[in-house]
Amino acid sequence: MSHPFRFSDPRRARQLGDAIRLLAPREPVKLVHVCGTHEIAITRHGLRRFLPETVRLLEGPGCPVCVTPPADIETAIRIGERGAIVCSFGDMLRVPGFGRSLDAARADGCDVRTVLSADEAVRIAQATSREVVFFAVGFETTAPMTAAVILERVPPNLSILLSHKRIPPAMAALLDLPDTGIAGFLAPGHVSTIIGTAAYEPWMSGRRMPVVVGGFEPLDILYAVALLLRQIRDRRPSVENGYPRAVEKNGNLAAQRLVDEVFEPTAVAWRGIGILPMSGYRFRPSFESLDARARFNVGEIPDSHDDAGCRCPEVLTARAVPSDCSLFGTRCTPLSPVGPCMVGAEGACAIWFRYDGERTL
Amino acid sequence: MTDREPRITSLHGAGGEVMDQLLSRLVFPRLAGRASGRIPLSAGDDGATLDLPRDGELVFTTDSHIVKPIFFPGGDIGRLAASGTLNDLAVMGARPFALSLAAVIEEGFPIADLERILDSFAAALDDVGAAVACGDTKVMPAGDLDGIVLTTSGIGVARRAISDAALRVGDRILVTGTLGDHGMALLAARGEFRLTTPLRSDVAPIWPMLAPLLDQLGDAVHAMKDPTRGGLAAALNEMARKSRTCIEVIEADIPIRPEVLGMSELLGISPLEVANEGKAIVVVVAGAADDALRILKSHPLGASAAIIGTVSEEYPGHVVLATEVGGRRFLDMPLGDPVPRIC
Repeated sequence: MSHPFRFSDPRRARQLGDAIRLLAPREPVKLVHVCGTHEIAITRHGLRRFLPETVRLLEGPGCPVCVTPPADIETAIRIGERGAIVCSFGDMLRVPGFGRSLDAARADGCDVRTVLSADEAVRIAQATSREVVFFAVGFETTAPMTAAVILERVPPNLSILLSHKRIPPAMAALLDLPDTGIAGFLAPGHVSTIIGTAAYEPWMSGRRMPVVVGGFEPLDILYAVALLLRQIRDRRPSVENGYPRAVEKNGNLAAQRLVDEVFEPTAVAWRGIGILPMSGYRFRPSFESLDARARFNVGEIPDSHDDAGCRCPEVLTARAVPSDCSLFGTRCTPLSPVGPCMVGAEGACAIWFRYDGERTL
Repeated sequence: MTDREPRITSLHGAGGEVMDQLLSRLVFPRLAGRASGRIPLSAGDDGATLDLPRDGELVFTTDSHIVKPIFFPGGDIGRLAASGTLNDLAVMGARPFALSLAAVIEEGFPIADLERILDSFAAALDDVGAAVACGDTKVMPAGDLDGIVLTTSGIGVARRAISDAALRVGDRILVTGTLGDHGMALLAARGEFRLTTPLRSDVAPIWPMLAPLLDQLGDAVHAMKDPTRGGLAAALNEMARKSRTCIEVIEADIPIRPEVLGMSELLGISPLEVANEGKAIVVVVAGAADDALRILKSHPLGASAAIIGTVSEEYPGHVVLATEVGGRRFLDMPLGDPVPRIC
């Protein structure tokens, strides 16, 4: 299986591994990435084997369905109970809200459909006279697709349950939490193609925090880690582009314009973290009629604490690794998940369960 | 209704004249030509007789087949049902001898589609020279099942049946061709992802490829298995667990088509976790690995065969994957049906 487009030449990987060992400080450092696709690549290619013991690389709030607050899931379920068709990404279905998931609601008779894009929700709405709601989750990568669909064509019976999130405010918030001890961020390549490296600057300014945007091929990730360690060694923190073949300073301006036309940043809740300023979106006034929350008037649903004993909040904030949790692999498995990180395909716990996580062979 | 296409009705499964006509016009002409015993399928008796060879072990297996779509690039449910059972026999080291075929059909199913399915079922049997000994037809009301379900049982004869658990430390692991073709072709054919790909299912009876291997290498072949549902990952894990050995696989040596890799990247579904329907995992004593590879490659179905790993004692019951970039990780048992990544 030699991938024609894969940057995974073992010789170059060894060279990068050597560089990483030379650059690594003697005292332990914790590097954090915020992207499920990074975690999958790291575990699937066995990349932690290239890191010395002093360098830990953890997943923060990088799984979009994992950080979706239970209140939003409960809202979706209540909308479904009022007879609307709820369209959701498949990943979201099994994530527990307040004790129940969309999947369970479906078993109880709600009409919940799995879609792969907002576009598909439009087609479902066009084919029915019933109300249809698209549960819009995901980071800056999926928000432009929702915005594009809204600007192009929205059947009158379609509304949006908006739950998109913005990554840089969450990264900044992690630094303000006690005990995170983060020495550097591996920033997500896909998100950065949209928002550009410049988008991190205002959130990182004054924090002296190394940030390197990294791609998803094995060599991309090792290269980004080496750049992070060099910044740490030289004590010259900055936002650096380690993925220049895809990411530009100002990002994808067309996509940004779409989002900006329809949404404006606002404070939203992140599961396991809390309400973070500017970390999500609300509709601009001229699009408010598309807001499913208003259309179905399900009322304000207060957020509450997660399952006792489940350490997802710490995993989502890079203060614990999945195997630190006593439920991991025992009471909590992908077949019977307790917390959201074991459900989402990009959740750290699900990935670690699947690939035996940090264990180096 | 202007639709004049002949369709299956409840009468076709009712055991009367209509069913007799279906059997004598559609089924017997296609499947009854390979009778092996004194009372053949075409006798329409309560059972058929088989003239069994005197030597060797009998291998008996059964499988039900559902597939969506029923017709897919590279095959259909008929070819799949035949190959599935023939291949279960083949990887036991058994020459397929006779099959049964039971069809449960949804009322309203087009008879022309049934003919196509029977044709490809018969063609797959022709590849290995196996007979159909007996069969059954039932019709269920429209909506009670999705099209058609085929159940096939099979009898084969092995000189010495080959298990999937007799791996020994030092053995080499081979695969007989590219992996993930069937699973990825079906994912594309379902149309949910609106992908177009030239990819075709690999569904085929593999006995003609495996027979020379067993003839020439004999006891040097320690174990075989067909990596169907759950793909290579599930099959290797099962072999490692049962034999309490460690299977070490070199990722870069696993043959995978570029279009399968492309789809797997796009969907986030591993090609090692989706089904194959025309492939085998072959475990041979180390000294016979090169011969085994040569023999497999001499058959068209084995053109892409490769040696992909070895059996060790490092982590008994586990499969270790040496990744292309130089990392190492466990290749775990897939949990269930793969789901595409969305965000």
